[in-house]
Amino acid sequence: MLVWRKLMAAAVLSNLADPLIMLFGLGYGLGALLPSVEGMSYIAFFAAGQLCAATMFTASFESMFSGFSRMHGQKTWDAILYAPLTIDDIVAGEIVWAASKAWLTGSTILGVAAVFGLAASPWVLLALPAAFLVGLAFSAAGLIMCVLARGWDFFAYYMTLFMTPMMMISGVFFPAEQLPAPLLAVAKALPLYHGVQIVRPLVAGGPPPALWLHAAVLLAYAAAGYALAIYFARKRFSS
Amino acid sequence: MSALSVRGLRKSYGAQEVVSGIDLDVTPGECFGLLGPNGAGKTTTLKLCLGLIEPGGGEIELLGEPVPGRAREARARVGVVPQFDNLDPDFTVEENLVVYGRYFRISEKEIRQRIPALLEFAGLAGRSDAPISALSGGMKRRLTLARALVNDPQLVFMDEPTTGLDPQARHLIWERLRRLTQEGKTLVLTTHFMEEAERLCHRLAIMDRGRIIAEGSPRALIAEHIEPQVLEVHGPGYETWMQRAKSLAPRVERAGDTVFCYGDDVEPLLKNLPRDLSYLHRPASLEDVFLKLTGRDLRD
Repeated sequence: MLVWRKLMAAAVLSNLADPLIMLFGLGYGLGALLPSVEGMSYIAFFAAGQLCAATMFTASFESMFSGFSRMHGQKTWDAILYAPLTIDDIVAGEIVWAASKAWLTGSTILGVAAVFGLAASPWVLLALPAAFLVGLAFSAAGLIMCVLARGWDFFAYYMTLFMTPMMMISGVFFPAEQLPAPLLAVAKALPLYHGVQIVRPLVAGGPPPALWLHAAVLLAYAAAGYALAIYFARKRFSS
Repeated sequence: MSALSVRGLRKSYGAQEVVSGIDLDVTPGECFGLLGPNGAGKTTTLKLCLGLIEPGGGEIELLGEPVPGRAREARARVGVVPQFDNLDPDFTVEENLVVYGRYFRISEKEIRQRIPALLEFAGLAGRSDAPISALSGGMKRRLTLARALVNDPQLVFMDEPTTGLDPQARHLIWERLRRLTQEGKTLVLTTHFMEEAERLCHRLAIMDRGRIIAEGSPRALIAEHIEPQVLEVHGPGYETWMQRAKSLAPRVERAGDTVFCYGDDVEPLLKNLPRDLSYLHRPASLEDVFLKLTGRDLRD
């Protein structure tokens, strides 16, 4: 059922330009002031964090705003439901689609980082499936918001109260370990931290410690998000 | 066997019962109309028949499949024209049809082979590459109809197929729907447009407040429920005249500043009509039946 969505590839460009501009702007600008962080140049350190953050943003925007537009504005979901498909199929399709689009963002950043010599080891190839996992976790979470939303402004709460603070404490811009312990504990309960913990060692050129734990947290978020999104979508569409 | 059979169907939202135990039988090949004022429960009934919402009680069988149990299998052989167009604005005319056909697991090659005939049917030949935004309301409606036919359905549900269209567009849709019944397809449409029901439907049911209150062919319903002649009168002094009219016609009603007189013969009324009153003498229509059965009060 996803075949057709490939037609919208043109829109991807805007999802890529922003994070790259930020990467080079902050990376080189701040990087010039900072010594190496955790044994990496600041721009390489930040590239790993930015890969996860940009993947998160693409997944969230696609599943919330584009998903809501298809569900609520264009009523595309209603049209699909007249065919022999169910709401569960649509939820699964939206999540996988948003995760794929997010993966494209993540892998492009990785590609650019590699071209600029920020990630040279073959280990970075493992960041590709990791980016997809980050995409799945945030697409599933975003889709819950989508099927719960009554209007567009609803998403502002999720973004301001959840995504932005999470980005600050998850080790995107600086090592999360320098946070006070309670904040670090919060970060560890959220998915973005675990994405960064997988990707950063890979960019540095080695295997991530506790890889399976971090992957399991991301998978758990994706699975729980999927189940909740289906639950709320069924509720919304059966009335 | 029925194309659609409904027994004792119920649906409530909270404390409010929207569908209160209805029975329906649609014969294969007929055009069946579900009529009713706004809020009568028509759209809810359609959604229940498609298996999109869970019924509170009762049984539904659509094309031999129990719904909602095997609604997916039933929907594979059904087309739907919704009340509001939901074509995908990101796609062209042709892409809309291809994408929709893919939801039915029809191969892209096969869909592309069907497209010229579908576009011809919809009067959109040569427009396959047009974006949706370039289409008029009537064209969108016709494309939605073509989209509902992409899986070559045996039965097509239509929720108010011509609401909001101009007369030209409406007549074209009616002509196409008649062509579909000639091809042997079963049509189930909801409408509150009496002229549409009278022209298209072989049989219809009038629904109000979740119940079916009358059922039959348009002619039979008119013959059964209403006197054949109608005289509508309005103008200065209509109230005084109305008192006299009551002795000359079996049924006299007033709505706003108009008096409606129903009877087998309204000649005596016409002879007694003062010159300064305006009048319209016409045969009774389905609309009169509808208003008699559902009342003249405004529905929101």
